[in-house]
Amino acid sequence: MSAPAVPPVLSCRGVRKVFRGGVVLRDLDLDVAEHEVVVLIGASGSGKSTLLRCVNLLEPLDDGSIHLDGEHITDPRTDPDRVRRRIGMVFQSYNLFPHLSVLDNVTLAPRRVHGQPRADAEADALRLLARVGLADKAGEFPDRLSGGQQQRVAIVRSLACAPRLMLLDEVTSALDPELVGEVLSLVRELRADGMTMVIATHEMGFAREVADRVCFLDQGRIVEQGPPEQVLADPAQPRTRQFLDRVLASGRL
Amino acid sequence: MTAISDADDGYRPSPLQLARVAHRRRQTVVSVVVASASTAVVGVLAVVAVTGAPGWDRVKQSFLDPAVARESLPLILDGLWLNVRLLAFCAVGALLLGLLIAVLRTLRPAVFFPLRALAASYTYLFRGTPLLIVLYLLTFGVPGLRLQGTPSLLVLGGIALTIVYAAYLAEVFRAGIESVHPSQRAAARSLGLTYRQTMRHVVLPQALRRVAPPLLNDLVALQKDVGLISLAGPIDAIRMAQIQTAQTYNYTPYLVAGALFVLMAIPLIAVTDAVTLRAARRQSAEAAA
Repeated sequence: MSAPAVPPVLSCRGVRKVFRGGVVLRDLDLDVAEHEVVVLIGASGSGKSTLLRCVNLLEPLDDGSIHLDGEHITDPRTDPDRVRRRIGMVFQSYNLFPHLSVLDNVTLAPRRVHGQPRADAEADALRLLARVGLADKAGEFPDRLSGGQQQRVAIVRSLACAPRLMLLDEVTSALDPELVGEVLSLVRELRADGMTMVIATHEMGFAREVADRVCFLDQGRIVEQGPPEQVLADPAQPRTRQFLDRVLASGRL
Repeated sequence: MTAISDADDGYRPSPLQLARVAHRRRQTVVSVVVASASTAVVGVLAVVAVTGAPGWDRVKQSFLDPAVARESLPLILDGLWLNVRLLAFCAVGALLLGLLIAVLRTLRPAVFFPLRALAASYTYLFRGTPLLIVLYLLTFGVPGLRLQGTPSLLVLGGIALTIVYAAYLAEVFRAGIESVHPSQRAAARSLGLTYRQTMRHVVLPQALRRVAPPLLNDLVALQKDVGLISLAGPIDAIRMAQIQTAQTYNYTPYLVAGALFVLMAIPLIAVTDAVTLRAARRQSAEAAA
C-alpha cells in the first residue's frame, strides 16, 4: 500500500466542540479519501450532526483544525463562503426554500453564487431532476411534494453546485419507511458516481451497504472505525456492541 | 443534543486554538476601533458643517433658545399629557378593534360571509380614507347633528383615530394569523380544540409574536398622529408649541415638543425589542447554541 500523494479530501485533526459547557466533540480525528464514503453511526447526541456542521463551517470549532483538499478551512482568515461552495450539505428536514419552485430551489446557488446563466443552470437542473425522476415536478413548490421527493430535490440542490464533498445529515430520519428507499437509492447512485461523502445515519442496513468505512461515535469520540462488515457485525469495542444491540432490539438493523 | 457534562476533561487548548482565539480578539478590537473612529469622523463633520454654516447664528437663536425652551416646557408638557391619554385610549381601542376585524376576516365557514365582507370593506374603506377627513367628519359633522349626549370633541377625535388605525392594525394582525403554518391548526384541531380555542391558544399567540414589531411601528405612527386632534380644537403638545411660537416669534417650542415625542416613543420601542428578542432566544435552537 503506497502513501497517498494527494492529501485526503477531508481531514479533521483534534476537533473539539463545546456547547454550553458540554463537550460534544473531543479530540476527533477523521480522514476521508477521494471517492470514499464514510458513514457515522452513534446514538443521538454522540456528535454526528455537530461534526458535519463543523465541516461546513456552520459551527465554529473550539479547537483543532479541518482541512479540505489540504487547505486549512478553519483558519479564521478563510472566507467560509468560498469553502462552502465546494461542499454540499443535505439536512434531515430538507430545508428547501418554500417560496421558490423546485427548479428555482435547484438553480439558486448555481445562478447567484456561481454566476451561471439562467438557461444553463436550468438545463443542468432539469437534467439532474430527470435523473432522480422529478423532472415533471420542476414547476411545483416544495410543500406540494412528498417527503421523499423533497429530500431528493434537496440532494439535487446541493449536487447542482458540483461539490467536492457531500455531507448527508440523517437524510432519511424524517421520512416514512416506504419513502426511505427512493432517497437511499439516490445516495447509492452518488456513490457509484464516485462522490466523496460523509453520511450520518440511523439506517444500519444502509450503512452496511453503502459505506467504505463505518465510524462509531460515542461521547464525541470515534470509538471504533473500519469496514462495515467488521464494525457492524463483529465490533471490537464493548460500547459499539452495546449500541448495536440496542439498535437491533428496536428492529432497525 | 445531550451534552456531556465533564467540561474539565483535562483539556488544554492547542497552540492553534490559542492563535485562533487571539486572532478573533484582535479582529474584535480592530472592528471596535474602526467603528469608533468612523463614528467620530462623521460626528465631527456633521457638527462642523452645521455650526460653520453662514446662517448658523440666526438659526441657533430662533430654534435653540434655552430661555424660550425653559419657559415653554411646562406648558408643552401639559399639552403632552393630553396626547398621552389620547394615545393610551386610541392604542387600546385600535388594537382591540383591529384584532376583532382581523379575526372576522379570517373566519372560514360560508355562514360568516356577511361578517367577512363587512370586515373586508371596513379595512378597504378606512385605509383608503385620509385620516384628516375622518377626523373632520366626526368632530365637526357629528356635533352638527345636535343629538342628545354627543360626546366631547376629544372623544370624537379619539374615535376617528381609533377607527382609522384599527383598519391598518387589522391588516397587520391578519398577516400574522395567516403566517402561522396550517399544520399548527391541524395539530391543534387534532387535539380536539375548537376553532376558537385553536385561535386563542395556538394561532394568535404565534401570530402576535410575529407581528409585534410592525404593530409597534403603527403605534408609534399613531402616537404622532394623535397630534392631529389639535385641528379639531383641543390643545395638545403641538398646538401648545404653535401658540408659544406665535407669542415669542421663536421656533424653539416646536423643537421641545419634537424632543418630547421622541422621548415618549423610546420606552415603547425598547419594550417591544426586548419582548421579541426574548421570544426568539427562547424558541430558536440556533440562537441558543
